Amino acid sequence: MAVSQLIGARVQRREDPRLITGHGRFIEDRLPVGLLHMAVVRSPHPHARILSIATEAAASAPGVRAVLVAKDFHAQLSGTMPVTPAFAPEKKYVPERFPIASDEVCFQGEPVAVVVADDRYLAADAAELVVVEYDPLPAVVDPEAAMVPGSPRAHVEGPDNIGWDMTFDGGDIEAAFARAEVTVSERIWQQRLAPTPMEPRGVLAEYSPYDERLTIWLSSQNPHFIRLFISGAMGIPESRVRVVAEDVGGGFGSKISPYPEDYLVPAAARILGRPVRWIETRTESVQTSYHGRGQVFTAEAAALRDGTLLGLRLTQVLDLGAYHGTFGAFQACACLMAGGVYRWAAVQGRTIGVLTNKVPTDPYRGAGRPEGTHLCERMVDRVAQEIGMDPAELRRKNFAREFPFSNNFGLVYDSGNYDGSLDKAMELVDYSGWRQRQAEGRQQGRLIGIGCSTWVEICGFGPSEATAGATGGIALVEAAQIRFLPSGSVAAYVGTHAQGQGHDTTFSQIVADTLGIPMEKVELRHGDTAEGPSFGYGTYGSRSLAVGGMALHKAAMVIRDKAQRLAGHMLEVSPDDLTFEQGTFSVKGDPSARKTIEEVALAAYGGKLPEGMEHGLEATSYFDPPNWVWPFGAHICVVEVDRETGAVQVHKYVAVDDCGNVINPMIVEGQLHGGIAQGISQALYEEVAYDQDSGLLLTGTMTDYLVPTMNEIPALTLDRTVTPSPTNPLGVKGIGEAGTIASSAAVINAISDALSPLGIHHVDMPASPDRLWKMIQEAES
Amino acid sequence: MAQLVRLTVNGSPRQEEVEPRLLLVHYLRERCGLTGTHVGCDTSQCGACTVLCNGQPVKSCSMLAVQAEGMAITTIEGLAPADGMHPLQTAFWEEHGLQCGFCTPGFIMAATALLAENPDPTDEEIGRGLEGNLCRCTGYVNIRRAVHKAAAAMREGAGAAAPMGG
Ligand code: FES
Ligand code: FES
Repeated sequence: MAVSQLIGARVQRREDPRLITGHGRFIEDRLPVGLLHMAVVRSPHPHARILSIATEAAASAPGVRAVLVAKDFHAQLSGTMPVTPAFAPEKKYVPERFPIASDEVCFQGEPVAVVVADDRYLAADAAELVVVEYDPLPAVVDPEAAMVPGSPRAHVEGPDNIGWDMTFDGGDIEAAFARAEVTVSERIWQQRLAPTPMEPRGVLAEYSPYDERLTIWLSSQNPHFIRLFISGAMGIPESRVRVVAEDVGGGFGSKISPYPEDYLVPAAARILGRPVRWIETRTESVQTSYHGRGQVFTAEAAALRDGTLLGLRLTQVLDLGAYHGTFGAFQACACLMAGGVYRWAAVQGRTIGVLTNKVPTDPYRGAGRPEGTHLCERMVDRVAQEIGMDPAELRRKNFAREFPFSNNFGLVYDSGNYDGSLDKAMELVDYSGWRQRQAEGRQQGRLIGIGCSTWVEICGFGPSEATAGATGGIALVEAAQIRFLPSGSVAAYVGTHAQGQGHDTTFSQIVADTLGIPMEKVELRHGDTAEGPSFGYGTYGSRSLAVGGMALHKAAMVIRDKAQRLAGHMLEVSPDDLTFEQGTFSVKGDPSARKTIEEVALAAYGGKLPEGMEHGLEATSYFDPPNWVWPFGAHICVVEVDRETGAVQVHKYVAVDDCGNVINPMIVEGQLHGGIAQGISQALYEEVAYDQDSGLLLTGTMTDYLVPTMNEIPALTLDRTVTPSPTNPLGVKGIGEAGTIASSAAVINAISDALSPLGIHHVDMPASPDRLWKMIQEAES
Repeated sequence: MAQLVRLTVNGSPRQEEVEPRLLLVHYLRERCGLTGTHVGCDTSQCGACTVLCNGQPVKSCSMLAVQAEGMAITTIEGLAPADGMHPLQTAFWEEHGLQCGFCTPGFIMAATALLAENPDPTDEEIGRGLEGNLCRCTGYVNIRRAVHKAAAAMREGAGAAAPMGG
């Protein structure tokens, strides 16, 4: 391969000029002629029976075109909303979910009726006029209470509230604990979070009755899966449904799965024969966009007094909400990743999914991996504290060092250098200096703490063999198509879809380098199911580069091979006698005999092709990765807790991460900044809170749900090591979720360390001043 | 009942009838076709809708179109001539100050007002000036960098321009 020019370079993003000048193309920016606006009437109760719905007043309000309830949609939509097996394939109770409730509402915000009107103001007015009579039922709020036999049920018809209950055995856990010289146990809370992309969701649909074609525009990470689900429900062949997601204003996992409105809007468009649009308000978003986390863990770790880790046993109780999220069971991977970067004799994880009367949970940045990492890193610190060993030293004593490394569950970490990232982070943060300052500070009563998080993640989903079962038949691979047009420019299509990750730029870097053409000649397209390969698998799980980028690379190599054969024919030599460098095929030993790849592309559409060669220069490729990829790193956070107020100040935050080879360092840093900020924010600020008795949402608007401003995020010091992945030809891994996976543990370890002189060993999230102040008061009294 | 409103948007005078309850942000987006001003919330928290009213930053979701009577409104589309970029836009681009870009117009408009008042803000002053704007993608690191960079560029530009201006 030619010496690369673009791969590895800090190329400025090509998506930016439109976005910084106000010319982005977000869902709400599209205003087709004849557009009607939909507003959704939602249940104010967490759990209730619907006794009646009176729509007459709303239907006769000004500008109203229709008021629709469940029975109107039953004629349009069949089946139930999908639930994939993911990491908990053996489900117990899976309540059926129709996009709109008919007899029973099971969470606050569940749709019960929709109003379609000439403008959004009129739709909102009329929605207020729909009168729904409810008979409230007891709400199931606390997942642990909901597991107890005899608990009220989240669905009156349900047998109980158990969505799944599975145990993963990784080695002989009893034997591991039998050898223990020390054990520690902890209860670790992962609060519910609202993903809160700055652009709320939105759906616009247009149905053409004459040719039975449906077009849906929506803000989605996953347009092809949405096409699959909606076409099935509406009984329209997949080939006649087009789903388009243009610029997407953030997703963080909350725009992967289908939502009720994704079905209701197209169905309303088909009923009314007009384009219909629904744009989520922020209050609807906090209330009904799928939440993340919502788990409580009990864990026990066994070790020897010299710091050798032996066994880890954990139970994850996962608050599913009122229905299984389509990909919600993915979060059970916390159990499989709970061993982290360490060698354990055995790990055992039990996961229990429990139904409650809340909005469903689903993947949110990291999905299971932040939870697993948080748990592992907390438990390792607890062991270190128990035996009086420095937590960095204990980590080092137990690091996996030989790769490929098979963890307790047989997952194979492709490459790693955990000492490398920890060494570098310790040096950058001045670890020994801070330990010294901490000791001195303690003399004066200051509460300084240092927290490490040496993390690893599983990402880059596929491979097909492992994921076909998990997604209910469609294996996760990725598809790309490249078309080399006669005049020398290239159109490249990929089945992933960015929401800020800069794929236009990084993927064009790959295509341009592989084909030896300038980046300006590459047009990168994604997010439209009418273009490119038959299927795309979406952007989530830090998979886009390691799977989608590789599909593009693979397609580019197919094109290059064909171009080389054609160039050989044009130059009358064997293709093997050609070299390819910087976009030019030259005859070995006679560099004056040459053809540029653009010349070859033109020839591919002309006459005189070699015997048996088809016309054109294009390729479609699917990349099925042989393994996942395994990024890793070391984060170290230094905090000080104010004894008087409980406020946390972050003195220093250092992150040394390793995602293998890097296509564009600027973008990698940006992904880390944002990811770390979200993890810090979980550690310190965010929580979706419900009233424990009534089940009503307490943080129902952005006024109550704390999204951090610039002033809440500390300065971040980043560095990296580079350990290429052997899993793909470019040696790349993923970085979209890394920051979030690593950072909550670093912050909470630091706070727990700061409070340890008071006898406090563990702090739950969010570590708000209020929570810490109470803990300090209690400890001191 | 529709009401007449006269105002200037990005330098062009406009006069039209609007519903009294029409929000300024919807007027700009749907009547003027200026969709660069975004709506990210319904409680005046996110700042995605920030525009300049007579040079002052305003959350256009919390103002009615009719309240803009007689005012000069500048939106992200009007910040620089069609073929050029404002130093803040250039700096956001160069410093990777945006990812999804949804919050970006609001940040750039708020920062424009900040730099007009304070051409050389400290980190803290930037934090205070932009505390009404939320970004979920960038962790704010590169937004802060971009504002510093633009401030420096504008100070230099202003210094160079001063003698010419007399
Ligand atoms: S739209 Fe959020 S502040 Fe205006
Ligand atoms: S760039 Fe996405 S919200 Fe700021």
